[in-house]
Amino acid sequence: MITFKHVTKAYDGNIGLKDVTLSIDDGEFVFLVGPSGAGKSTFIKLILKEIDADEGEIQVGDFRVDQLSNREIPQMRRKIGMVFQDFRLLPKKTVFENVAFAMEILHKSPKAIKRRVPEVLKLVGIEDKSKRYPQELSAGEQQRVAIARAIVNNPRVVIADEPTGNLDPKTADDIMQLLDAINMAGTTVVMVTHAKDIVDKWNKRVVAINEGSIVRDSFGSYGYHENGRPDKKGGRDNA
Amino acid sequence: MRRVFYNLKQAFQQIGRNKGMSAASVFAITAMMLILGLFFIISVNVNVFTEVVKSDYDTVEVYLKDSTTEAQAAQIMNDLKEIKGVSKVTYRTKDQAMKIMKKRWGDSGYLLNSLGTNPLPNSILIKVSNLSSANSVNKAAIKNKGVENTTYYKETIDKVTKITNTIQIGALIIMLFLVVVSVVVVSNTIKLTVFARRREIEIMKYVGATNWFIRGPFLVEGMLIGILSALVSSGITYVVYGKIVAKAGLKMMTMLGSPLVPTGYLCGNLVVIFLALGIGIGACGSIISMRRFLDA
Ligand SMILES: Nc1ncnc2c1ncn2[C@@H]1O[C@H](COP(=O)(O)OP(=O)(O)OP(=O)(O)O)[C@@H](O)[C@H]1O
Ligand SMILES: [Mg+2]
Repeated sequence: MITFKHVTKAYDGNIGLKDVTLSIDDGEFVFLVGPSGAGKSTFIKLILKEIDADEGEIQVGDFRVDQLSNREIPQMRRKIGMVFQDFRLLPKKTVFENVAFAMEILHKSPKAIKRRVPEVLKLVGIEDKSKRYPQELSAGEQQRVAIARAIVNNPRVVIADEPTGNLDPKTADDIMQLLDAINMAGTTVVMVTHAKDIVDKWNKRVVAINEGSIVRDSFGSYGYHENGRPDKKGGRDNA
Repeated sequence: MRRVFYNLKQAFQQIGRNKGMSAASVFAITAMMLILGLFFIISVNVNVFTEVVKSDYDTVEVYLKDSTTEAQAAQIMNDLKEIKGVSKVTYRTKDQAMKIMKKRWGDSGYLLNSLGTNPLPNSILIKVSNLSSANSVNKAAIKNKGVENTTYYKETIDKVTKITNTIQIGALIIMLFLVVVSVVVVSNTIKLTVFARRREIEIMKYVGATNWFIRGPFLVEGMLIGILSALVSSGITYVVYGKIVAKAGLKMMTMLGSPLVPTGYLCGNLVVIFLALGIGIGACGSIISMRRFLDA
C-alpha cells in the first residue's frame, strides 16, 4: 500500500528523513512513533506530496508519488483519509455538512450525500449529533466527526497524525477502538502517536523513527521511553 | 449546473463578508474603465470625423459672408480660377450644403431639422491640383473681402491624425498601467477572503479537491467584481455622454461638420469592452491571489 525506497528529505540543513526504506501492506495497522523532531510529520507530508522528496521512490496505492504531477495530486489524496490532532473541522458547518463537504468536493450528487453521510455518522457513533456545530461537541465527538469525514469517500488508507493527542485516556481509547474497527473493515491505518500506553496496549506493528531514520520496526510495545532511550524490554525486533 | 450555483452562492457570501474591500475594487476598476471610456469616445468620434470629411480631402472650402451677393461670388470665383494650382472651382449654396450634410450624417441627419434656420454659409469649393498649392490658394482666398473663412481638411486631418495617434499611444500606456493596478487591487481583495477561508482550503486540499474546484468561488468573486464595475462604468458613461450629446452635440456637429456617434451605439460597444475587461481583470486578480495558497 505504502512503499518508501531510500527516501531522503532535507530542510535546508535540517534532516527530515534519511534514506528511509519501508513497506506497509494493504490492510495493516501501523503505529509511527519517535521523539519530537524525529521526522514523523515529514513522512506523512511526503505521502501526501505536500513536500517533495530529495531522493528515493514513494509508492502509495497505484500512485508513484515522487513522479506525480501537480494535477494528479488530488486523485491520489482521494484515496487517503486524513485525521489530525486538532480535528480541523469547519466551525460554521454542522456535523453533517462537515462530512458532506468531503463528498461535495468529489462532485457527489446530493442524493448520494444524503444516503452516505448518515451511514458514516452512525458508523462512528454520532448519528444523533448530525445537526450540531463542532464547538457544541466534546473533543472525542469532534474527532469522530473528523474520522467520519476521513472515511466517507472510502479511502484505502487512513493516516492519523496524533489523533488522540488532545483527548483524555478514556476518550482516546474510544477513538482507538474506532480506528481499529476501520482497520478491521480492510482499510490500512497509519497512526502517528506519542502515547506509549496506547501503543503498548494495542499490540500492533510499531515503526520507530529517530533523527530521520527508522530505528526499529517490530510488533508489540512502544519500545522507547518518552525521552527516546531504548526500552530494555522492548518489542520483538523483526527488522 | 450545481457547481455554477455553488460557486455563485459562495462568491456572493464572500463579497458580502468583505464589502469594504469589494467596493474599493469596484471603485478602482470603475475609475480605470471611465478613463478608458473617455479615450474610446474620443477616438471613435475622431474616426467618424475623419471618415466623414475624407471626401473633401483635397478641397479647399471657402465660406462666404452672408452679405456676399451671388454676383460678388461669381467675381471671387473668377479670381480664384486665375491662381496657379487650382483645377476646378464650384459654387455651393447653403441649401445644397445642408442637403449634403444631412446625407453624410445618415441616421443622425434628423438632428439637423431642429436647427430651424440654416446656419450653414454659401461656399465655393476649390479643387487643388496638388497639396503644396493648397496653402497658397488658401491664403489668397482668405484675403478676399467677401470671404468669411476657409477650411482645408487635409491639414486638419493630418493634425487630428497626429494628435489622435499620440493620444492613443499615451492612452495605451496609461491603460496598461491602470489594468495592472486593477488586477493588483482585485487580487488583494480576494486574498482577504482566501485568507479568511484558508482552513477550509487546507481541508479541501487534504480531501483531494482539485485546484480548479478550490478556485471556483474566488474566480467567480473576482469576475463578479469585474462585471459590477463594467455595469457601473457603462451606466455612468451612458448618462454623461448622453448629456454631452444632448447639450453640446449639435453645436459641435455644425462646427466640426461631422456628427457625434450616437449614445446608444457607442455605449453598446463600450459595455461589451467593459465586461470583457472586467471579467478578465477579475479572473486574473483571483488566480494571482490564490497562487501561493495552491502550489504544493
Ligand atoms: N519546513 C521546515 N523547515 C525546516 N525544517 C523543518 C521543516 N519541517 C520540519 N523540519 C525539521 O525536520 C525535522 C523533522 O521534523 P518533523 O516535523 O517531521 O518531526 P516530527 O517527528 O513530526 O515531530 P513532532 O512529534 O514534534 O511533530 C525536525 O528537525 C524539524 O525541525
Ligand atoms: Mg509532527
